[in-house]
Amino acid sequence: MNAAERLDGGAHAPSACNAEQVSVVPLRERGQHEVFCGLTGIMWLHRRIQDAFFLIVGSRTCAHLMQSAAGVMIFAEPRFATAIIEERDLAGLADANEELDRVVGELLARRPEIRLLFLVGSCPSEVIKLDLARAAARLAQTHAPAVRVLAYSGSGIETTFTQGEDACLAALVPTLAARPRTGRPHLLIAGTLADVVEDQVRRNLGLLGIEDVEFLPARSSRHMPSVGPDTRILLAQPFLGETLRLLQARGAQHRPSLFPIGVEGSRAWYEAAADLFAVDAARRRAVLNPLGERAKRALEHHREVLQGKSLFLFPDSQLEPVLARFLQRELGMQLIEVGTPYLHQAIMSPELALLASGTALRGAAPHPGPALPGASALLSEGQDLERQLARCLARRPDLVVCGLGLANPLEAQGIATKWSIELIFTPIQGFEQCGDLAELFARPLRRRSRLQPVPAREEVVVMQRRVAA
Amino acid sequence: MKLAVWTYEGPPHVGAMRVATGMRDVHYVLHAPQGDTYADLLFTMIERRNSRPPVTYTTFQARDLGGDTAQRFQVAAREAFERHRPKAMLVGASCTGELIQDDPGGLAQALDLPIPVIALELPSYQKKENWGAAETFYQLVRHLSPPVVAPKASNAQRPSCNLLGPTALGFRHRDDVSEIRDLLLALGIEVSVVAPRDASVSDLQRLGDASFNVLLYPETGLQAAQWLERRYGQRYTRSIPIGLEGTLRFIDEVLALAALPKDPLRVAQLQAQARAQWYARSVDSNYLHGKRVYVFGDATHALAAARVAHEEIGLTVVGLGSYSREFARELRSLAAELGIEALITDDYLEVERQIAALEPELVLGTQMERHIAKRLRIPCAVISAPVHVQDYPARYAPQMGFEGCNVLFDTWIHPLMMGLEEHLLGMFREDFEFHDAAGASHLGGAAAQPMLDGAAAQPALGGASAQPMLDAAAAQPKAEPPLAGAAPPSTPRHCSWHPDAERELGKIPFFVRGRARRNTERFAHERGLGLITVDTLYDAKAHFGR
Repeated sequence: MNAAERLDGGAHAPSACNAEQVSVVPLRERGQHEVFCGLTGIMWLHRRIQDAFFLIVGSRTCAHLMQSAAGVMIFAEPRFATAIIEERDLAGLADANEELDRVVGELLARRPEIRLLFLVGSCPSEVIKLDLARAAARLAQTHAPAVRVLAYSGSGIETTFTQGEDACLAALVPTLAARPRTGRPHLLIAGTLADVVEDQVRRNLGLLGIEDVEFLPARSSRHMPSVGPDTRILLAQPFLGETLRLLQARGAQHRPSLFPIGVEGSRAWYEAAADLFAVDAARRRAVLNPLGERAKRALEHHREVLQGKSLFLFPDSQLEPVLARFLQRELGMQLIEVGTPYLHQAIMSPELALLASGTALRGAAPHPGPALPGASALLSEGQDLERQLARCLARRPDLVVCGLGLANPLEAQGIATKWSIELIFTPIQGFEQCGDLAELFARPLRRRSRLQPVPAREEVVVMQRRVAA
Repeated sequence: MKLAVWTYEGPPHVGAMRVATGMRDVHYVLHAPQGDTYADLLFTMIERRNSRPPVTYTTFQARDLGGDTAQRFQVAAREAFERHRPKAMLVGASCTGELIQDDPGGLAQALDLPIPVIALELPSYQKKENWGAAETFYQLVRHLSPPVVAPKASNAQRPSCNLLGPTALGFRHRDDVSEIRDLLLALGIEVSVVAPRDASVSDLQRLGDASFNVLLYPETGLQAAQWLERRYGQRYTRSIPIGLEGTLRFIDEVLALAALPKDPLRVAQLQAQARAQWYARSVDSNYLHGKRVYVFGDATHALAAARVAHEEIGLTVVGLGSYSREFARELRSLAAELGIEALITDDYLEVERQIAALEPELVLGTQMERHIAKRLRIPCAVISAPVHVQDYPARYAPQMGFEGCNVLFDTWIHPLMMGLEEHLLGMFREDFEFHDAAGASHLGGAAAQPMLDGAAAQPALGGASAQPMLDAAAAQPKAEPPLAGAAPPSTPRHCSWHPDAERELGKIPFFVRGRARRNTERFAHERGLGLITVDTLYDAKAHFGR
């Protein structure tokens, strides 16, 4: 069965959540990580929640990270800043708290339009045990009712990249209004989506007859969703374990599903929503089939480039298993390794089930015999950078998905790369984005076939020796 | 605690990375959590290096604290040595590593590695990136230089020098080194070692062989140069070869240090490469005369740019500043010569406020000032770190030496509107395609649309609604409050404008309109005039005319 046939499941393709629980014990590694810390989530969160400000309580390194990591200086003035801890703050904690109060006062005087302030913990603030939750409570009293103050940690000793969003949303959950029980389901979609994607989702759900939909986070702190026992959660992003736990603690029910990546994922995700609202089969077909057909057409063009190509994903955003499932099943790529910084087995279970049905997944268990290229994929969690790079270079994949620190060094060794950060900073979810998402992976390969290859360093050395001789 | 939106310098361990990454065979083991690995992308993305920086991060986590962080460090250091086989190892801690006090130096010594291991003490909560680079380079030189240098026969024949200061991620260091090396060769002086950029450990061990040192970047090389002077009696250069005058002073200095006679003909031949001198004298450059320029950067580049702007291009320096506190004295002294006060700060917002208040016609700054200038619609060229990927051009573009003169002239002048275009804009202000809101044609006018000043777009409406240009800029969605209050506090706001005068004001090019408005208001206020008429406007113009 080829990828195209597999996608023709129609309205009643087996929902992934019904698949048996697949449990793969990944290869767990603990060495040097090459990933951002959770502070990086501020880069998209501060644009998403338009009346919120993120004040990192940290070091010069934190401030430098924020301005270096994504070149965010395009913005006139960001809604984030760093309260840089200095030598004298380290002398005594009482002093640090007074300093923080002063800095927050300065900040709010400068930005009177701010309604929600996040104090964001960092590695240094965690190590010196600066209690930002208590500071937030104190500052919330001082600045009420104009400004609400919350705290979460984006520190690199506790969070990796997208876990920062999880921590931020988890801090919001206790502040969400309680939703009285009515017996009618209410859909809460958790995880930041690009504005355009959110609009598409709202429109498509509307076509399915699902109108009672809210998003977490909302675009404004004044329009955050409410939550209660009628709330049904669909995750738009896979990295929201803690947020999900807290929402469930408030009575909301989680509907597991594939994530809305690719035709198959988008279909399953909308089907999950349709299940929750008992949408009839005819309506599902009428709405979702044309969307799926169009998305499949958008993929065709890129499948020519990607089919049969080998792929290695370094850990970055926790989206890796989802992307791997899409690239393997819908575009015919051969998986070599799927790295993820953290594997939330329960949330990922539907994804892993499909992934395992398309390729043999290897994990911690020793693999018998020599691995046949493409025949099985290694699932790894955490990272030991040097070992992982050695595995990558040994297999020389056709395409590597990795962070910004690794991309050019791998390109210089003749390996095509796709920056993983672009997968967080561009709209990729839903039917409408399937073609764009595939294009992101196809572009480096197309580009390589158009441009003359740069001679490898070894070749240049040989040429130089020849000239010198 | 200090509130920071943007920073000019990273933490000191990033300075250490610039030294380690510049060198060929040094490895840096950094006791740091995972997030600190962001610094790799400075080198692989911004500078487009084709290999990873030689840095191992121990990646300790919260659950390791109070447990085995020290052991993690030792494992990481040993594995880094075995995998990368460096000739020397730097060990240290980032800001978080510093707090857990594991003593990387002691831990590394205990490993008994068969290479020099140099422990770096970089206080993250006091010091910054350039200090970290200077300290790291100094420690490397101090630990690796032998106490005495064996006399070499070759020394007697040809004078030689070392080039000190260039690092990885430096602003144009690649091309400056090449330019100055060629210049020195042309003068009969050999370059023995360039360090730390492109140097190996064995290169650092033979620094003492050279007759003297050329200190290209005091921010990163001064401590090492001073130490080498103490240890080997090597003198080092004080002049910076930026601009024509700077380069000529530098030539005199190195010839004296090398005890070589000056061959005026040779120098004149070399100097002929600097076409900028003639360009600045060509009639087209008349329109540059007295243009108001604001200069901010690291000390070396800001000082040099202010001199070149003033002496060699004939601009008027209205502001000079730097984030390099260590060189505040030099900056204050040059500023005093220019009749202004130097701004020594690492607060980006303070720089922004000053630029907004001074309303320069050109900004020479860092990547930060480029953003400020873009927002205020002022032409800008980058002269100093911190820099962005576009400041690492593929082409040869040194700042130093005679070719550097040409690069400075071109890169500073190109953002400005060319002479006749500026005049025509002034003459036909209401041309529907050529009005000032369309911007300079060579910059692509459409880009300037959102910055429209109400008065500029529709001068016929005039009236009290017209705002100075700066207010229009401040009214952009995300601009910050201080901009609106950027006017000097002395500016009186209570004079009222006659509609005719307001209309006339609208005909003044946008880039001087704000200043014209303030000058006129000040003029009226000083004379107790309540209403500003067209005549007041021209009276004020005559009064303040430069």
